[in-house]
Amino acid sequence: MINRPIYFDYSATTPVDPRVAEVMIPWLTERYGNPASRSHAIGWEAEEAVENARAQVAELVNADPREIIWTSGATESNNLAIKGAANFYAERGKHIVTVKTEHKAVLDTCRELERQGFEVTYLDVQENGLIDPEVFIAALRPDTILASVMLVNNEIGVIQDIAHLGEICRERKIIFHVDAAQATGKVEIDLQNLKVDLMSFSAHKTYGPKGIGALYIRRKPRVRIEAQMHGGGHERGFRSGTLAPHQIVGMGEAFRIAQAEMATENERVRMLRDRLWAGVSDMEEVYLNGDFFHRVPHNLNVSFNYVEGESLIMGVKELAVSSGSACTSASLEPSYVLRALGRNDELAHSSIRFTLGRFTTEEHIEFAVGLIKERVAKLRDMSPLWEMAQQGIDLNTVQWSAH
Amino acid sequence: MAYSNKVIDHYENPRNVGGFDKADEGVGTGMVGAPACGDVMKLQIKVGAGGVIEDARFKTYGCGSAIASSSLVTEWVKGKTLDQAMQIRNTDIAEELALPPVKIHCSILAEDAIKAAVDDYRQKHSS
Repeated sequence: MINRPIYFDYSATTPVDPRVAEVMIPWLTERYGNPASRSHAIGWEAEEAVENARAQVAELVNADPREIIWTSGATESNNLAIKGAANFYAERGKHIVTVKTEHKAVLDTCRELERQGFEVTYLDVQENGLIDPEVFIAALRPDTILASVMLVNNEIGVIQDIAHLGEICRERKIIFHVDAAQATGKVEIDLQNLKVDLMSFSAHKTYGPKGIGALYIRRKPRVRIEAQMHGGGHERGFRSGTLAPHQIVGMGEAFRIAQAEMATENERVRMLRDRLWAGVSDMEEVYLNGDFFHRVPHNLNVSFNYVEGESLIMGVKELAVSSGSACTSASLEPSYVLRALGRNDELAHSSIRFTLGRFTTEEHIEFAVGLIKERVAKLRDMSPLWEMAQQGIDLNTVQWSAH
Repeated sequence: MAYSNKVIDHYENPRNVGGFDKADEGVGTGMVGAPACGDVMKLQIKVGAGGVIEDARFKTYGCGSAIASSSLVTEWVKGKTLDQAMQIRNTDIAEELALPPVKIHCSILAEDAIKAAVDDYRQKHSS
């Protein structure tokens, strides 16, 4: 492609920061040691690099480095945490609580546990995407062993109150897992104070490489999980498999940069995001999905009513954005996250997620606003729903021919 | 998903967008689909003397393939008799636009829109 689109999909993945790429390279070529090789200096230096990175990851979230183990990414961390804790604590009970708006890596893992005989409650969220703590408490039972709640939602960017939910779980001795894949570098995380037992991380959402992640496993009070990957007993038996020092060093550097720069970066990105919202929200029938205030600074999820999301994405092909609607896959179902907010069909089908990041500029925002306005207007001129709405017809009263 | 060049062409330069007066005796209107499914097509035909479709207009809420399918059929029905228009099959539309399997429903909807518009016209003139 000659003209690459402007990237507005930082929640899908981020580019590796050039500073990160630079520190990774020597660990592929000159410093190729296996950190598990205890018998020579080439192994020792790799081990030292891995431990240095572990400390960098731990520092961003105020944890002890011994509480961090390496995985292939947040999907694996979620699988290991949820299956590992469920299997270990199965004698205490078989009930798990999670939320309908979780990532598929959590929801599908819970589905698998249901097949293995566990019982899972999938909680509804409020219209703003946030969990009502009373609803959470009401779902907990004497046989509840585990709750899993994401810190930042990947589609709508809302931040759940995990400090509060953690207290609730701790009082009841329920293991609390948090998927923080979308949160690092966006939200302060202090695991010394949070009552979180297990937390999943990913490198590539925070300007690190793909294929590497981590799982936090609390030491005090000690949390136990059953390993899901067996082999040489790496990572204190929690996750066997030869470590990938170049990836690990990259994640460490990415998290170090996140810690050093997140305060200023988040303010810059928030200003750009707010400008984007101000630009598009002066059109008619534009709706923000998810709470505006309890939200990460780089996310804007918007429904342009009466315009179908996939056609709008095609219309703004100069921008790399993603649809809340899953129409791009074989399914005709709109986003399950937006449905969980109680959005009606039209709005759920009309959503676009813009996620900004480190390399987004004011020029990008200005260009995007102009383009979106033009293309939304064009598609509305083509939309029979827009025409009916303009004529004052209530679409809910129309008899549609479902197909 | 990569779209075929024909889909992109119809999407970027849609033919015959708009509408006719629904109450006009010579106009047949078909509205198919549902917002819940993510696509709604409105197809209108203007039928002249001798039962030949002289003109057609559409409006579509839906993905690029749905817009392209409806744009294409407005071109195809023009100059055809009602019976000939009823012969247009979704497979012809899907083939012309090189629709992938997950988008076949768009072509089915376009075929349904033609039938609904013709039925509407015939109903107006049945008594």
